[in-house]
Amino acid sequence: MKFSFTDEQQEFRSVLRRFLEDKSPTSEVRRLMDTNDGCDPEVWRQLSQELGLTAIHIPESYGGQGFGISELAIAVEEMGRALLCAPYFASTVMAATAILKSGSEDQKQLLLPDISAGETVATLAIAEESGVWTPDGVAMTAKQADVGYRLNGVKSFVLDGHTADLVVVAARREGSCGADGLSFFTVACDAAGLERTRLQSMDSTRKLARLNFEDVEASLLGDEGGAAGSLGETLDVAAICLANEMVGGAERLRESAVEYANMRVQFGRAIGSFQSLKHKLADMLLEVELAKSAAYYAAAAADENNDDVSAIASLAKAAAADAYMQTAVHTVQIHGGIGFTWDNDTHLWFKRAKSSEVFLGGAAYHRERLMQEWNV
Amino acid sequence: MSEFTEEAVRGELRVWLDKNWNPDLGLVEWRNMLADSGWGAPHWPKEWYGRDLPVGLVPVVDDEFERVGAVGVAKMGIRTLAAATILAHGTDMHKERFLRRILTGEDTWCQLFSEPGSGSDLAGATTRAELKGNKWVVNGQKVWTTSAHHADYGLLLARTDVDVPKHKGLTYFIIDIHQPGVEVVPLRQMNGHASFNQVFLTDAEIAPEFMLEQEGDGWKVATTTLMHERRGADGLRRYATATDRLERIYQEEAKEIAVALEPYKWYPQRAGRVDLILERAKETGASVDPVIRQEIAKLMIMAKSAEWTSRRARAAQEMGRAQGPEGSLGKLAASYIARAANRVHTAMTGADSMLTGDESPMDGVIAEILISTPAISIAGGTDEIQKNIISERVLKMPKEPRFDTDKPFREVPKNIV
Repeated sequence: MKFSFTDEQQEFRSVLRRFLEDKSPTSEVRRLMDTNDGCDPEVWRQLSQELGLTAIHIPESYGGQGFGISELAIAVEEMGRALLCAPYFASTVMAATAILKSGSEDQKQLLLPDISAGETVATLAIAEESGVWTPDGVAMTAKQADVGYRLNGVKSFVLDGHTADLVVVAARREGSCGADGLSFFTVACDAAGLERTRLQSMDSTRKLARLNFEDVEASLLGDEGGAAGSLGETLDVAAICLANEMVGGAERLRESAVEYANMRVQFGRAIGSFQSLKHKLADMLLEVELAKSAAYYAAAAADENNDDVSAIASLAKAAAADAYMQTAVHTVQIHGGIGFTWDNDTHLWFKRAKSSEVFLGGAAYHRERLMQEWNV
Repeated sequence: MSEFTEEAVRGELRVWLDKNWNPDLGLVEWRNMLADSGWGAPHWPKEWYGRDLPVGLVPVVDDEFERVGAVGVAKMGIRTLAAATILAHGTDMHKERFLRRILTGEDTWCQLFSEPGSGSDLAGATTRAELKGNKWVVNGQKVWTTSAHHADYGLLLARTDVDVPKHKGLTYFIIDIHQPGVEVVPLRQMNGHASFNQVFLTDAEIAPEFMLEQEGDGWKVATTTLMHERRGADGLRRYATATDRLERIYQEEAKEIAVALEPYKWYPQRAGRVDLILERAKETGASVDPVIRQEIAKLMIMAKSAEWTSRRARAAQEMGRAQGPEGSLGKLAASYIARAANRVHTAMTGADSMLTGDESPMDGVIAEILISTPAISIAGGTDEIQKNIISERVLKMPKEPRFDTDKPFREVPKNIV
C-alpha cells in the first residue's frame, strides 16, 4: 500500500478485525493486563497457527508467509486498534526482523521457523537504562570465550523480556563506541547469569522487562562488529510498525469519542451538536488521517527499499506519536468526568499512546533524525 | 454504449485532430471548431457543443489533445461554473446565447454571491431584486468578486422576497455587467494586492428572461454553482500551463492565461511556500538552531502527510471506491500548513521579517508569505465552516440548532452594512 490497499489486503484486514473483536474485547484486555505473561496462550496459538500472523513477513524458505512490511503493518494496526495483549511486536516485528536483517543463512534456517510458527517467542533487547534506541545507547559488552561469547551489562525496556524464550541482544566489543564494534547475539532465556525482572509498566497491556547479564553465554548472530547497519534497518521497520500500531489505536479512540459525543446529552441536546466538540473532532480526524497516510506510506517505502526509508520511518513515528497522544488527551476530555475513571476504557488506549510515544524514541528525537537524514 | 469505448474515442479523435488541428489558427476560430465538433467539451450534451461522453472518458480526450499539443476550450475562471449552471438550469435561449462564447473565451464571467453582510452564510444575501414594470431592478453590494473588472456577465444571487424563509426568497439571475448601475471597484487586501472587486449595484436592470429557473429557486441554482466550484478548486493549476511555443494560437492562449492568472500571482505565497523551507533553513543558517529544526520537521511532517493523504483520496477515486474521510480534509490541512509555514519562515528569517518589498529576502517573496497566509483559512469556506462540514457529513455529528431558517427573512437578525 502506498496510497491504496489491494482487495486482498482489505480482505486480510477485515478477517483480522473480526478475529480481534472476538478475541480481544476490552474485558479480555483488562483480564490479561493484570497477569504476569500478558497473553492468552490459546489466542496466541490461533493467531500464529491458524492465521499465520507470526509468519507474515518472514520468507517462505524460513517457514514464513513471504508477505511484506505493508501486510505486517496492517496486522499491527489492527492489533493496536484492539489493544491486543500478546508478545507479537516483540517476537514477530522486532526479533524476527533483526534475525532477518543480520543472521547468516544457517542462523535464519535455525531460528526463524519456530518464530514463524509462534512456538518460540523471541524479543529484541537494544535499549539500556539510558532508554535510547541508537548505537550510542548500547553499552553492553561482548567478549569472546572458548565457546561463543559472554555478555555483561543491563538491558531495559525489553518488550516481553521476562517471558520470551529467546532474546536477541545488541552488544559491543569492549572499548568500541558509536556504530563500531556492534554485534547481535542470541541468548536462551534460561542461560546462566541472566536475571530477568518485569518492570512496572504504566501501560500494563505492554509488558516490559529489565535483563541483567552477568557473563551470560551468547551466540553471535551475523558478523562480529558489523551490526550497525542491520540494527538501523531493524529499528526503521520497528518504528514503521509502531507508527501503524499507533494509528490503529488512535482511530479507535477517535471513533469512541464521536460515538460518546453523539450519545451524551447535556443542556437538552447531544454534546456532539456543540461546535466546540464538532470542531475538535474534525481536527482529531485530520490529525489521525494524516498520521495514517504517513504510516502507510512508510510501510510501502520499506517494501520498496526506498533510499529515504529511514527519514520516512522517523517521519511516520513522529506523526503517529503526536496524533495518538493528542487523540487520547481529547478523547478523555470529550468523555468528561467519566473519561477519567478506571471503568471507562479510554485510559487503556491513553496509556498505550503514552508508552508508544516514547518507545523507540520520542517525537522530538525522530524529528531531529528526520532533519539529519534530509541533510538539514 | 459501445461507441464509448476508450479505443473508439481515441481513434475517432485522432482522425479529427489530424485533419483539423493547426497551431496557426486563431484561438477563437479554433475553439469555434471545437464547439461545432463537440470535442472541446465532450461530456456536454450533443445538442449543446458536446458529445455525451461519460465523464470517466474525458481524460482520454485530454490525453489526445496533449499528445499533439492542441489547445482546448477556455476553462479558466468563473466561466466554467457559469456553463455548468446554465447547462443544468438554463433555458434553450440561455444555452444558445451564452455557451458558445464561454467555450471560445470571448466572454468573461464573474460570480456575484458574497456580500459584505453574508460571507459564510451566503443564503443571507440582502441585495434586492424587485420587479418594476417588465424589468427586475437590482440594488445592493457584492464583494470578493474575481475578474469583475473585465467581466461581461455576472451570476447574481439576489433577494426577491423578504417575507419567506431565507433560502426561499432568493432568485438567480444572469446580469450584464456592461450597463449603468453596475460599478466595479477593486478591493485592496492586507497584502497590498487587489485580486478581487466590490460590485455596487444601483438600479441595475435585468430582463425577466435572464432569470435561471423560477423566482425563489435561487438557492437551488446557487448550490449547483457552488458544487462545481468546490469540485474545480484544484483544477485551476492544470490548465494554467502556457507553452512557450511560438505559433499564433499559443501566443493568444498565453495572453489569455496571463490575464486570468494575474489576480492569483500571490497564491503560492498564501499557501506558505513549504517548497522553500529546507532551502531557506540552510541559506539563513537557521538549520543550526535545535528549536527551529524541530519546527521545520513538524511542518514538513504535516505537509508530507497531507500530500500523501490527498494521494490516498485520489487513488480511491481512481479505483472507483467509496471516498473515505481522507477526501474531505485537504482544505483544512492546507490552512494549518500555511500557518505553520508562516511561523517557520518568520523564525528562520529573523529581523528581516520586518522588511517588505525588495528589501525583504527573495525579492519580497518572504514578506509576501508572511502577510498572505491568513487568506487561506478564509477563502473558499473558512476553517470553521470546513469543520462543520467534516463533522456533519463525515463524522455524522448532529447539526447546531439554527434560528434563521424557518421564519420570514425580514425577522432574521442581520448585519448593519
